[in-house]
Amino acid sequence: MSAGIKLSPIPTLPPPVDPSQEDITIVMRRDLRRALAKPIEQRHWGMVIDLQRCTGCQGCTIACINENKLPPGVVYRPVLENVSGTFPNVSKQFLPRPCMQCEDPPCVPVCPVAATYKRPDGIVAIDYDVCIGCRYCITACPYSARTFDWGEFYGDAVCGAPTAYEEVPSLEYGKVWMREPGTSPIGNTRKCQFCLERLDHGELPACTETCFGRATYFGDLNDPEALVNRVRQDRQMMQLKSDLGTNPSVFYLL
Amino acid sequence: MVRQGPVVLHRPWQRNPVVILGFVLWVAMLAFGLQGFVERMQSDALFSDLQSWMPWGLWVASYIWFIGLSAGSFLLSTLVYVFGLKRLERVGKLALVVALITLIMAMMMIAFDVGHMSRLFEIYYRPQFHSMMAWMGWLYGAYFLLLVFETYFVLHADFVNGRALAGGQGAVARFLSFGRRESLTERDLRRDRRIVGVLATIGIPLAFAFHGGVGALFGTVDARDVWHTGLYPIIFLTGAFLTGGALFTSIFAFFWPNQDGAWREIVLTLAKIVLVLLLFDVLLEWADLSIPLWYGIGPEVAELKYMLFGPFWWSFWGVSLTAGVIVPLLLLTIGRNSPKAISWAGVLIVVSYLATRVNLVVPGLQSPELPNLQYSYHDGRLLYHYVPTWSEWELVLFVCALGIALLVIAARVLPSIMGRELS
Repeated sequence: MSAGIKLSPIPTLPPPVDPSQEDITIVMRRDLRRALAKPIEQRHWGMVIDLQRCTGCQGCTIACINENKLPPGVVYRPVLENVSGTFPNVSKQFLPRPCMQCEDPPCVPVCPVAATYKRPDGIVAIDYDVCIGCRYCITACPYSARTFDWGEFYGDAVCGAPTAYEEVPSLEYGKVWMREPGTSPIGNTRKCQFCLERLDHGELPACTETCFGRATYFGDLNDPEALVNRVRQDRQMMQLKSDLGTNPSVFYLL
Repeated sequence: MVRQGPVVLHRPWQRNPVVILGFVLWVAMLAFGLQGFVERMQSDALFSDLQSWMPWGLWVASYIWFIGLSAGSFLLSTLVYVFGLKRLERVGKLALVVALITLIMAMMMIAFDVGHMSRLFEIYYRPQFHSMMAWMGWLYGAYFLLLVFETYFVLHADFVNGRALAGGQGAVARFLSFGRRESLTERDLRRDRRIVGVLATIGIPLAFAFHGGVGALFGTVDARDVWHTGLYPIIFLTGAFLTGGALFTSIFAFFWPNQDGAWREIVLTLAKIVLVLLLFDVLLEWADLSIPLWYGIGPEVAELKYMLFGPFWWSFWGVSLTAGVIVPLLLLTIGRNSPKAISWAGVLIVVSYLATRVNLVVPGLQSPELPNLQYSYHDGRLLYHYVPTWSEWELVLFVCALGIALLVIAARVLPSIMGRELS
């Protein structure tokens, strides 16, 4: 390195949250089972993403696509990247962006047929069998967390037909969804729903389960003992576009 | 029953090469349009360039263009049926029919745009009235029924009087007179006029509500900085009056059979109305653009600059401003005594307003809601770059071709809307 250029110190990962060194996935699964024992209206599912631990591997994006069998044009959890500084003092920040599951979601009141709604546990869901595909909710979401199923398949460009893995049904909302022309979820708006079908079976969302940097925490925000709440103590935190008053259920640790 | 010959309409194509050219263009529109229609029915929205993050485009812009034409044309008819403007009395029927046809065109366009056309009626049986779109569905339904009934009662006497006509004119008249054989009495006519007056009066707030409501449908979306302005409902209404008035003026000036002194007087009156509306529309557009752009900072500046100076700058400066404002202004002022100049001004205003509508819908979706979102995931449907495909244009042509066909058929089978007396 040429002389005279001062390098920034390389950041270090924050220490593990649990002093017992128990893997946080085990802890969160235990929290999940405790929350599921409560009535649904007493739970409030939320997510905390530690931006200092996120390595930008996009493993969560891939796990989400795999879990929900997402077609072209549909993404539930992209990871945004931002480069700052100039060489050699350059840093890159990563920001995974699931649906914010807002307390006051702007996407819900715009739906003309109430196909999208807020569940008692805080998750914003879509009834695929009711959605007319007007895409008004997509325009209303300030986080671009909604995308549209255009009826395309990855296999179209390769072999002119869906590939075998695209014929595996999605299990979103606990139902079996085969993507066939003219039927839902083709022609619907789609979005992250914290892997509801996994939660119902006591499993963490796919993005949380697969995050090898252990940057994603998930649990019941109403449970003070849950890791998702403990991890927020003593750390600076933000919500995306908090000025809009949507009050997201996704928090970022800075 | 002794059948009379059909009412022979003026056939402008026998001596007007412009109309012959128009017919050729219509056939081309229909041919391409059918291709777009078949593609749309077979393939959901596959052939469009719509994006998951830019989900509305040409079809939504065309829908608000058509619905504006309908609202404007209807409100012009109320000058006759509510405010009793005698000078325009002869054209009231035509204005109503144009309003009905353009409403049908708008409904077709928006039906093609949604992902599940078969579920559109869910707006009626499970509406959520928080949504401006649900209000739109209900107001359009009410407006459609009102237009059908008002048009029927406006033409009631013509149906009864036209029962003896031969051909399609008589068949339509006999069907829509519902078996009535004797002419309408003075009392019947008074009752029809009263019903028309009531319906037209109800229609005024309805037209204001549904077209102002389309503006509110955009304006209430807080997430889109360009759309989120209280001016939008007013801009939409003014645009509707302007384009509806301009469309009607063109149709009347070009195709009215008896182009006599009274016709000329009506054309000149319509031109003055269109000119005032054009100037007011320019004032609103200026306010809408200059306020957010004045200091060059703010969330909507990038999107508006994209519209004004981006790759599609020509659609604003060339189509909307030059062809849609400057040239019509010159035609309506310098050529204010020439029906031909006035009719061409109307055509230019109507056609170029589609670009204005596109520039209203698309720039609002142009910027990512979060920085660098467009680079986070690479996919052909996850872009911030929208250019309507030829298939999208074909579908718009299909709807236009059908609308033109409906208007020509209406003029043939309902000769009274073109000023022909049947009794």
